[in-house]
Amino acid sequence: MQSNQWTAARIGTLIGYAAASAALFAAPLYLSDFRLNLLAKFLAFAIVALGLDLIWGYTGILSLGHGVFFGLGGYAMAMYLKLKASGGHMPDFMDWSGLTALPWFWKPFESLGFAFAAGLLIPGLLALFLGYVTFRNRIRGVYFTILTQALVIITTTLLIGQQAYTGGTNGLTGFTKIAGYSISNPDTKQMLYWITAAFLIVAFALCRFLVKSRFGKVLRAIRDGENRVRFIGYNPAIYQMTAFAISGALAGLAGMLFVLHVGIISPSMLGIVPSIEMVLWVAIGGRGTMIGAVLGAVLMNWGKSEISAQYPDAWLFVMGALFVVVVVFLPNGVAGLLGRLSFIKRRVTDHDKEAVRNPAV
Amino acid sequence: MIKKPSAILQCEGITVSFDGFKAIQGMHLSLERSELRFLIGPNGAGKTTMLDVICGKTKPTSGKVVYNGIDGAGPIEITRKKEHQIAELGIGRKFQAPSVFPTLTVFENLEIAMRQRRSVFSTLFARMSAEDRERIDMQLSLIGLQNKASWRAGGLSHGEKQWLEIGIMLMQEPGLLLLDEPVAGMTDKETNKTGELLKEIVKSRTVVVVEHDMEFVRNFASKVTVMHEGRLLKEGTMDEVQSDDRVAEVYLGKRRDADVSRSTA
Repeated sequence: MQSNQWTAARIGTLIGYAAASAALFAAPLYLSDFRLNLLAKFLAFAIVALGLDLIWGYTGILSLGHGVFFGLGGYAMAMYLKLKASGGHMPDFMDWSGLTALPWFWKPFESLGFAFAAGLLIPGLLALFLGYVTFRNRIRGVYFTILTQALVIITTTLLIGQQAYTGGTNGLTGFTKIAGYSISNPDTKQMLYWITAAFLIVAFALCRFLVKSRFGKVLRAIRDGENRVRFIGYNPAIYQMTAFAISGALAGLAGMLFVLHVGIISPSMLGIVPSIEMVLWVAIGGRGTMIGAVLGAVLMNWGKSEISAQYPDAWLFVMGALFVVVVVFLPNGVAGLLGRLSFIKRRVTDHDKEAVRNPAV
Repeated sequence: MIKKPSAILQCEGITVSFDGFKAIQGMHLSLERSELRFLIGPNGAGKTTMLDVICGKTKPTSGKVVYNGIDGAGPIEITRKKEHQIAELGIGRKFQAPSVFPTLTVFENLEIAMRQRRSVFSTLFARMSAEDRERIDMQLSLIGLQNKASWRAGGLSHGEKQWLEIGIMLMQEPGLLLLDEPVAGMTDKETNKTGELLKEIVKSRTVVVVEHDMEFVRNFASKVTVMHEGRLLKEGTMDEVQSDDRVAEVYLGKRRDADVSRSTA
């Protein structure tokens, strides 16, 4: 049913994606270094948004704790960068806090490979564990959401309290080198931009594969009616855990890339407010569509940086107003608006397709 | 209880209590292979709860449920199994309110319901074979929705949703089907069509139907189980059941009481 008749639409979509990817990779040609760095940060945010959309838009589970997974990834990368910046010595803040030797769990972060793996696996496994204790016991809806908020508070409190090991409120900063290259060099920055763009495309392709597969259909079925899914023989908890773990790992990946572009990670970057902001990107961009999540993250952050530059206090009001507008008028976000514009056209083609399929009708 | 070797399902001494209220008290139910059984009784008799116990939605306080629907596997006690495990063993459940997946298309609803491996890994790499497609198309024509395969299920009418849900259950190829008031809220035309569908379905499997619509039940020459206040009241053909005094008393009782009170007044 799908394969043949969709070819025209499919080719169109593919061309669209190819053009978008080309525009992304060519960005250094038309953006200043400063703007390129901003865009790189937004693309990292877009990866969190993809993960959030997978769990919220497709599976119907609202997490207000993705800042934690993002932050864990960020800290993993920052620990590597900090050790490199300290040139084999103990990081400066540990000295100030009275530590005499590098703590054991810091040591493996000397390796970029380890840091990268940890930045994906730690958030992924934490999400898996949280999913295991909640979804299996059928804790969901607002109760699950409140738990994710609690996770944020626990994590930030721990990070701030354990100053000697985490850098406390200041977080980790003062990075110099990554894999031998100076991190402030424009060439390195450009390379890091490309790496981020490539990861975004990979993450996007992965999420698209997931939601288009039968697995994705089961996720949507869980969102529509968890019990019905159970009574046709699937165990929803396993599906929810898988989606949540992938979502957490994507947030970790985004956190790692974020640190590379911004040069700092601190508890305030993974707190309650950033966690909620991440959800707003998806809500405004359009949940339930992958492109909506990406657009939401990039446009919202672009708007934030533009508006904050002109009117420092206005952004929160604008964001609040946008959220209200989206909730009231555009339940499917910006992507839904785009879809609506092509609605009339699509309706006609749908009708034709029906006629072709069932000529007798 | 005497064990019946041919029974596909055997419920013994099922008691369910909700906070002290006994919804079912020592209920017995035994179903033969390829049997169509109607479960009737006044409101609150425990009919739906009985279905909930069989499909694992409600755990009985005492008693046990034994399912013998898999060839060669022998009887399996399912009393403490999880819902999805019971569904995998081949017991399908249709709820009273139509519950389909509204944002999936009709085709996709049947696709995920299709008998298949249910693990994350299998669904990630599942491919639609020509055979699968044929099975789904056959199911679509059985439930009369072949022209609406690409519709979102949320856009179907009430009756169509009920048929789709029956289709969802049939795709699982269950040995035992539990239907809770399949014709509730349907027009006469829809009810007739559902009746035809049901006659088709029972040819190859065991079906339990909870029903209020006596006219509908009378269309089928099959065994009827009457429940009252959580207990088994009477089992037999529709004629036997209707001529039973106790059944008349509890089921049609109000009218008779009214007659009695009118005559004495």
